[in-house]
Amino acid sequence: MKTIGYIVQKEFRQIFRNKAMLPLIFILPIIQLVILSNAATFEVKNIKFSYIDNDRTPTSRALIDKFRASDYFNVIADFPSQSEASSAMLKGEVDVILEIPHYFDRDLLKEKHGNLSVTINAIDGAAAGVENVYINQIVQSFNKSIQVKLVQSSGLAAKPVNIITLPSFWYNETLNYKTFMVPGILVLLVTMITLFLSGMNIVREKEIGTLEQINVTPIRKSQFIIGKLFPFWVLGLGLLTIGLIIAKLLFDVPMVGSMVVMYFYTSIYILVVLGIGLFISNFTDTQQQAMFIAWFFMVIFILMSGLFTPIESMPKWAQYITDFNPIKYFVEVMRMVMLKGSSLTDILPQVIKTLLFAIVMNGLAVWSYKKTG
Amino acid sequence: MSISVQHISKSYKDVKALNNISFEVNEGELFGLIGPDGAGKTTLFRILTTLLIAEKGSATVAGFDVLDDYKSIRNHVGYMPGRFSLYQDLTVEENLNFFATIFGTTVEENYDLIKDIYVQIEPFKKRRAGKLSGGMKQKLALCCALIHKPKVLFLDEPTTGVDPVSRKEFWEMLKRLQQKGITILVSTPYMDEAALCDRIALIQGGEILQIDTPPEIVKHYPKKLYNVGADNMYKLIETLKGYEHQYSVYPFGEFVHYTDNRSDFNSKELKLYLETMNLSNISIEITKPTIEDTFMELARL
Repeated sequence: MKTIGYIVQKEFRQIFRNKAMLPLIFILPIIQLVILSNAATFEVKNIKFSYIDNDRTPTSRALIDKFRASDYFNVIADFPSQSEASSAMLKGEVDVILEIPHYFDRDLLKEKHGNLSVTINAIDGAAAGVENVYINQIVQSFNKSIQVKLVQSSGLAAKPVNIITLPSFWYNETLNYKTFMVPGILVLLVTMITLFLSGMNIVREKEIGTLEQINVTPIRKSQFIIGKLFPFWVLGLGLLTIGLIIAKLLFDVPMVGSMVVMYFYTSIYILVVLGIGLFISNFTDTQQQAMFIAWFFMVIFILMSGLFTPIESMPKWAQYITDFNPIKYFVEVMRMVMLKGSSLTDILPQVIKTLLFAIVMNGLAVWSYKKTG
Repeated sequence: MSISVQHISKSYKDVKALNNISFEVNEGELFGLIGPDGAGKTTLFRILTTLLIAEKGSATVAGFDVLDDYKSIRNHVGYMPGRFSLYQDLTVEENLNFFATIFGTTVEENYDLIKDIYVQIEPFKKRRAGKLSGGMKQKLALCCALIHKPKVLFLDEPTTGVDPVSRKEFWEMLKRLQQKGITILVSTPYMDEAALCDRIALIQGGEILQIDTPPEIVKHYPKKLYNVGADNMYKLIETLKGYEHQYSVYPFGEFVHYTDNRSDFNSKELKLYLETMNLSNISIEITKPTIEDTFMELARL
């Protein structure tokens, strides 16, 4: 016990003495949290909007004014013809072209029916989808106001809705993206820092030769491993704390659930990450190699975590892979506990799976450490 | 018997690092492994300190088998690798305390053993190990290797890259440690240090050439050795190597060590030859062979 205590003490000394490492551990994640939480949003703003108004009536102008009034659209051009609009889109000057046909006003009044042509630049598929929905919403609301006008002018009962819209992204208006993203990004930071640090730590001792000296001492492998990894477990929890404080103070993310549950889950989760880190360090000889392998896993874990792309839209085989992604469970748990206030029983499936990962990963790591060390 | 090595062999892929090595080191002996780089010295150290497993043969250290009792060995030996292997970002004091703790002891407990050495680095005890000079690093490493009062001390090229004064000091320290009853196995590529050992093993290409005390080793030298000097060293070597009766020619300080392959060698004849080859200020004297000469002689066989 005394030996482990002294190794832990030594590790902390080395961490806090490393002038380059300390800001890396604490300042960088905070900067990342602040920048990413503000930048990583699915909202599409400042859409470059253009139109071709062939009708030129008060009704068509009213429709365009609707777009003008929207925060999401910047009305930047009014094209006289389809071909000019197309070449502008080709150059990337506009994202959306709305074409209002001849007799739009007349048809709407007479036949209670109007056609609009919308062209969207879909190079960024995700953005195009969102833009489509925004346009539909604006057209729909315009549609309603027209109906009221029609009712007023003709004195007849309102006709059924004649422009169809899809009610997707409905929670976009009520849900603050930051509330949604901050817990997820916090997960990434805790994972990244603990994985990189633990992965490189033992390799570093190999690289500078101190492991050779340690190996001729009577110290037991378990003592050495626990002594080396425990500081990073503490660091991970410390990082979570800092992240939560920032989430509360800077982003005012609601924290509905119990902190105890969150820390309980995180403390198990970090064990998984440390196990992976140790496993990596067993199979590498230099910090550079360890860094590359850690990055490889990290990129897969992040992209398949459901944080940036929904798991439901992945192909079936990819969905099976995500079942083995610990980050996925951590993201789920963080969002559930922070935003929904889930209790320990609600997150029990995630806890059990994470615990299982922790046992398997650390078992593998210790086993392979004996083989190579 | 403090160290016993029996028919040890070890290869790295195609390279034979050690080939059927056997020797024994008595208790309290200062035993030197003398050989050039790549002779297999470090491999042998790694096997004896349980870091590496030999393919063939057996070995015991302090009475413990390197395979079966490796845990006991780790409690009873001190190892100082050739490369500085302490924590560069910890201070002198912290390194010493760290190794004391993982050996389950304290600095105070065995202070008398390291006192002589430690007082020399004590003024720098708050300094980080990475910021010490080469000689200081060696002293700290020796302290750390001694902190648990080992029975056997393994020193792998402890004086490589250390200045001559520090080297001399270091060997004086080893002599004092030996008097305290510690068996020391030391390797070095420097032949002048070999003379300071009780017994030495000359090792090359993974094989032991000879084991004996330094004076005995020198006695085995089979030929008469001459110190040859002249003004132009380079030309002298070239000229001697071109001499038809030369047996061996090695530069040795300001002279050339020369042996002839005739039993009735006459130095006047050689002098005449050198003079005709336009060398001036020629001196030829008979000299006593050193361990280096012996090693070179054995290595060419």
